[in-house]
Amino acid sequence: MVFDRLKQIAISDTGFIFNPLNGDMFQVNSTGLFLLEKCKQEQSVENILDALVEEFDVEKIEAEKDLDIFFKQLMMHGLLEKEQKNY
Amino acid sequence: MKEICIAVTGINATDNPGPGCGIIRSLRYNPDFRGRIIGLAYDAMDPGNFLSDHVNASYIIPYPSQGIEVLLSAIKEIHRNDPIDVLIPSLDAELLNFIKIQSELSRMGIRTFLPGEEGFKMRSKNVLAEFCKSNGITVPSTHCIYSIEDIYHLNMNYPLYIKGLFYDAYLVHSYTEASNAFGILCARWGLPLLAQEYIPGEEFDIVALGDGRGETIGAVPMKKMSLTEKKKAWAGITIENPVLIEMTKKIVKSLCWRGPLEVEIIANLESQKYYLIEINPRFPAWCFLAPGAGQNLPEALVRMALEEDILPFEGYQVGKLFVRYSCEVLADLKDIEQLLIQGKLINQAPKGKTS
Repeated sequence: MVFDRLKQIAISDTGFIFNPLNGDMFQVNSTGLFLLEKCKQEQSVENILDALVEEFDVEKIEAEKDLDIFFKQLMMHGLLEKEQKNY
Repeated sequence: MKEICIAVTGINATDNPGPGCGIIRSLRYNPDFRGRIIGLAYDAMDPGNFLSDHVNASYIIPYPSQGIEVLLSAIKEIHRNDPIDVLIPSLDAELLNFIKIQSELSRMGIRTFLPGEEGFKMRSKNVLAEFCKSNGITVPSTHCIYSIEDIYHLNMNYPLYIKGLFYDAYLVHSYTEASNAFGILCARWGLPLLAQEYIPGEEFDIVALGDGRGETIGAVPMKKMSLTEKKKAWAGITIENPVLIEMTKKIVKSLCWRGPLEVEIIANLESQKYYLIEINPRFPAWCFLAPGAGQNLPEALVRMALEEDILPFEGYQVGKLFVRYSCEVLADLKDIEQLLIQGKLINQAPKGKTS
């Protein structure tokens, strides 16, 4: 995952998010806020997953599914890109 | 700013507002503003006539179609009774007339800050594509249409936009819809009309001010947050997108633009493609957002018209929001009588009036 676009967004501790590039506004819950902070710190997906399991005391398989859905939502809103691999 | 009298047109503040009231509110946004502001209206019922908190007086002026002689004569008469220092025209349809009489106005002591006739015509919708091509700016494919037959022979895919030369646009999905739009726009605005390729993406608008020597004095980009039925902004927010600012600066430089402008851009942020849709040769109706975000562009225009040295603005507040509201303004029968019979209305002591 490429988290570059997330670095530009403004995140308040209430979960209110403003994307200054296009004016989009979102709201996330505390779990989303936690994940976004980890993404902004450019942690690896594996590290984010481990942190999610530890923080919210969930099964890894459940956490993996939730994280996947969250990343898809971020991609849908243009806040996250899949890493382009050059072969 | 010394005590001066500023005349502003376009005070038709309906659900499709002219820029005049936004310009006036911007000028009065500076608490140090001292002076008179007069409104120049085309209709007695233009709401700006009755905004006594903002407008010291308003005068009815002749419609642009009556020509420059009639306009000049009307301005002379107003100037004789209520001397004007700076005049800010703000409607597309009147601008060419004001550009043509700007030297005469200057001789009368009325300053303006307008683009040259050549630059004004180069950004016109019907030649915009040509201008863009020669300046490396991407623009949707656009064709002039003079008849329904031209629509039939268009080599473009649907949907596409049918646009009036000055105002209005319809997104059409078939030849039948395009023909209907042709009839409506032709009756309303005359020919030619334009057929423009539909570009999917997000629309951004930038209000800017050029110094006439290629420099951009200020530029504030905005994303519309809510729209009226006519797709006019009812709310918007300032954003931070360097590509939009760079495109605006390029346009100002290429045209050596003198005065205010609004740039409309459609962007596909995923593919990073930016298309210039229109250049409007005046402040937009939402221009009050600019001083709110830290760039009082209407005030800067007045200062430049008065030949003061102005440094370009540096930055603006990102995330500044405007939301419009509709409001009933009360007036008396004698007010409308004055406007209809005498063509003028003198209001009581608005803010900033010192004499």
